[in-house]
Amino acid sequence: MKSLSHRVVARLQAGMQLPDLNGTRYNLLRYLAGGGMGSVWLAEDTLLKRRVALKVLDLAAPADDLDVRLLSEARILAGLEHPGIVPVHDAGTLADGRAFCCMKYVEGQTLAQHIATLKLPDRLRLLQRIAEPLDFAHARGFIHRDLKPDNVMIGAFGEVLVMDWGLAKVGVSSLEAGETEIATAVQPMQNSLPATGQGRVLGTRGYMSPEQARGDIEVDYRTDIFSLGAILTFMLTGSAPGELPAASGRMPRPMRAICEKAMAADPNARYQSAAELTADLAHYLTGAPVSAYSESLLERAGRIYAQHRTAVALVSVYLFMRLLFILLARR
Amino acid sequence: MNKIVLGLALGAVLGAFDGMTAWFTPEARAEIVGIVVGSTVKGIIAGVLIGVFARKVHSLALGIVFGLAVGLILAFLVAYLQHGYYFQIMLPGGMVGLIVGYATQKYGPVTQPRRA
Repeated sequence: MKSLSHRVVARLQAGMQLPDLNGTRYNLLRYLAGGGMGSVWLAEDTLLKRRVALKVLDLAAPADDLDVRLLSEARILAGLEHPGIVPVHDAGTLADGRAFCCMKYVEGQTLAQHIATLKLPDRLRLLQRIAEPLDFAHARGFIHRDLKPDNVMIGAFGEVLVMDWGLAKVGVSSLEAGETEIATAVQPMQNSLPATGQGRVLGTRGYMSPEQARGDIEVDYRTDIFSLGAILTFMLTGSAPGELPAASGRMPRPMRAICEKAMAADPNARYQSAAELTADLAHYLTGAPVSAYSESLLERAGRIYAQHRTAVALVSVYLFMRLLFILLARR
Repeated sequence: MNKIVLGLALGAVLGAFDGMTAWFTPEARAEIVGIVVGSTVKGIIAGVLIGVFARKVHSLALGIVFGLAVGLILAFLVAYLQHGYYFQIMLPGGMVGLIVGYATQKYGPVTQPRRA
């Protein structure tokens, strides 16, 4: 019997992966990316004449309730209408039995590609924009749980989109008690989500919080704060977190303190909201003191000088001129 | 602190300081009080004018030019009344105007134009 070449086997595998779009309004265009649970395809919505991204599971009856997880991701995205969260258009099951989710097709760059040319202030502003949709989601009781640079896309017009909410879960809203109606409204959805019990670790190493890495059931939105801190570290050093002490040597001390506070092992020691983290970044950008770092008197003077350099120079010139006049008058 | 108050305060402080430096000129020491008061009033007038300008015009370059011009004109008037010391009076006066012009443009809340 003649054996098949690797090339033919690869082609056959690719062919098997092709989703069966019969009976749907989508036309397959090309393969975009693949992951552990499925693949993402570029397709055309024949009804609305637009390009969409189809996330399709590899198997019709996957283990670990992946089909339920994909559907829950679609439901979570449907409940989170925000310019910074990639919108879902449709979800269901294909003719071949595989679950699918149809989302907006984002043309752009990954975070890692985009930040290559950015300066420090622009990188910090970018992180503020990544934190916005998270703060929005947290306020509604949703936790992303898989934030990492690969899951942030920058669109062609500079729009920032947080992607891949496949591991998201409904937690406790970060809003005050008087505003918990939204979280209460989505609580029934939690019953349909697959459980991630004790000891079951979901997330990405380096970007996931210690409590999530331990497989704790009771992770809350502060696990995303840790991931934001890890992304900030990546954006500032170009290195994956976990190497913070070595890679942060060139980082300004207040920035390092912000990263360390966001990535504190104890959730109570972290920023208690994404907005709190972005506020500290805004303080840093405007030359104001940051809450994460207690500066020395000398550092404070240096910061104030840097903030008002021209004014200090003008007053110095004036005083020097006055001194010169006094000396000349004494002659 | 709005721009007019900032200009007034800064003009007064710098004007007073400017006047006090006359103490180091022996022939002017006897009239130090009058010089300090006059210089402070000059600083206040310059500060208010520059502050009003900063409130109307939001331009760092124009603010500095206007401040310099106001400082120089007021200092010229003082020097003219004293019949001399043009350089010693006009240079610091212009400098004070320039500093106040810069500060009022850079600091203090920016007022938005009113909508109908």
